[in-house]
Amino acid sequence: MKWTRRHVLDTDDWSRDEIETVLDQTRAMIEILQRPIRRAPPLRGRTVILFFAEASTRTRVSFELAAKALSADVTNITASGSSVEKGESLYDTVRTLQALGGDIVVMRHASSGAPYFVAERTDAAVINAGDGWHAHPTQGILDAYTLRDALGDLDGKRIVIVGDVLHSRVARSDINTLVPLGVRITLSGPPTLMPMAWRCGQPPREVTYEPDLDRAVDGADGVIALRLQRERQESGLLPSLREYSRVWGLTAERVARMRPGAPVMHPGPMNEGIEIDSAVAHGAHSLIETQVTNGVAVRMALLYLLAGSGPAIPVEERA
Amino acid sequence: MERDRDLSALAIVGIRARGDALAARIQAAIRTNEGVDVPLGAIDITLYRDDLTRIGYAPVVRESEIPFSVDGRVVVLVDDVLFTGRTIRAAMDALVDYGRPRAIRLAVLVDRGHRELPIRADFVGKNVPTAPGDDVRVHLAEVDGRDEVEIVTRVPA
Repeated sequence: MKWTRRHVLDTDDWSRDEIETVLDQTRAMIEILQRPIRRAPPLRGRTVILFFAEASTRTRVSFELAAKALSADVTNITASGSSVEKGESLYDTVRTLQALGGDIVVMRHASSGAPYFVAERTDAAVINAGDGWHAHPTQGILDAYTLRDALGDLDGKRIVIVGDVLHSRVARSDINTLVPLGVRITLSGPPTLMPMAWRCGQPPREVTYEPDLDRAVDGADGVIALRLQRERQESGLLPSLREYSRVWGLTAERVARMRPGAPVMHPGPMNEGIEIDSAVAHGAHSLIETQVTNGVAVRMALLYLLAGSGPAIPVEERA
Repeated sequence: MERDRDLSALAIVGIRARGDALAARIQAAIRTNEGVDVPLGAIDITLYRDDLTRIGYAPVVRESEIPFSVDGRVVVLVDDVLFTGRTIRAAMDALVDYGRPRAIRLAVLVDRGHRELPIRADFVGKNVPTAPGDDVRVHLAEVDGRDEVEIVTRVPA
């Protein structure tokens, strides 16, 4: 299919075709990363601006490696030490980004929806690298790629997502990317950390909630454990970390209840011993390091597709 | 096509999507005639095109497969049609990202002329005179279900 999107803000309105296009392009990008010279030229002369207004190391580095592997020029703007810390408004930052002439802006922001604000006010293509509690689309796509690579066709597979779903942009993006591929999702975790709609109302047909993690993982095809923010306990949503770990921590016994060989994933950074046991995190079925490697290739695929979807130079202007 | 050479240093790399099928046929022919299995690869040149910023969309990138070291080898690039030479330029750039071949040779099924770059083929199946606006379409059994070369002449409107 022909790629037409200008931005990557959320996968919630993507078709199965679009998701599969990115997954297929990712496979070709992985081959580039295995070559002696891990670099190809398609983004030569293009500038990618990494605008991270919220702390992040692995996602920023992943995007930076991806942009450089495609020969783009990369510029970093971080919140600390920049004018953002001095109180510059997001609108002023957008004007600056515009003036710098970036072709693609990769941004992370603590406010949900901030990438939409920027996308409407700049000529650059915008990639959401995580906004508030809203979405983290590149994580959703890399999780889909990693699962498809491990399990083959995802149609009819059942994946468990366990942890703080309510505050997790990763969980939202995983659901929005996996469901169109035919995956059924079982959510597990404390009721206080589930979205209100799925506690009280009718959840989407493909998504169910099972508070008992032992029952949730029974016969599952894979599990994604979410990072537990320690401040959730301080705000009264959890009685104690020890209790959380006992009831919803991913242990070897729980992994053994899944289909044999079912993969274990985590978006990182992990709290080992809280949401996941060290033995599981570094065990035979863990794909956590593979997720990091695949992340670079997924971001290469998206940068390539967005760079190509810009306006074409009219024929008469060609040399 | 390929004679009087040291087969041990030879490798064949086809350019996707028709050159790789032709490359496999050449490999099979060498196996039949010489009893030697020459390393076979396939290369996708999409990311190396010189018109990526001009065509206005991102063409599909397929996976390259070079399952051997190209260092010190004589690599024969194989493609279906040689036209402007731009595909071959891109393929050579892609190939040297895998290492430093001792030499790169070029084998094509059809040379239709109208080069825009200083590139020529070492082995040509057939030279076919064409007009610049013509379309030369190669159909291969592996890809298209039949073996055929078609020349479609553009009729002035």
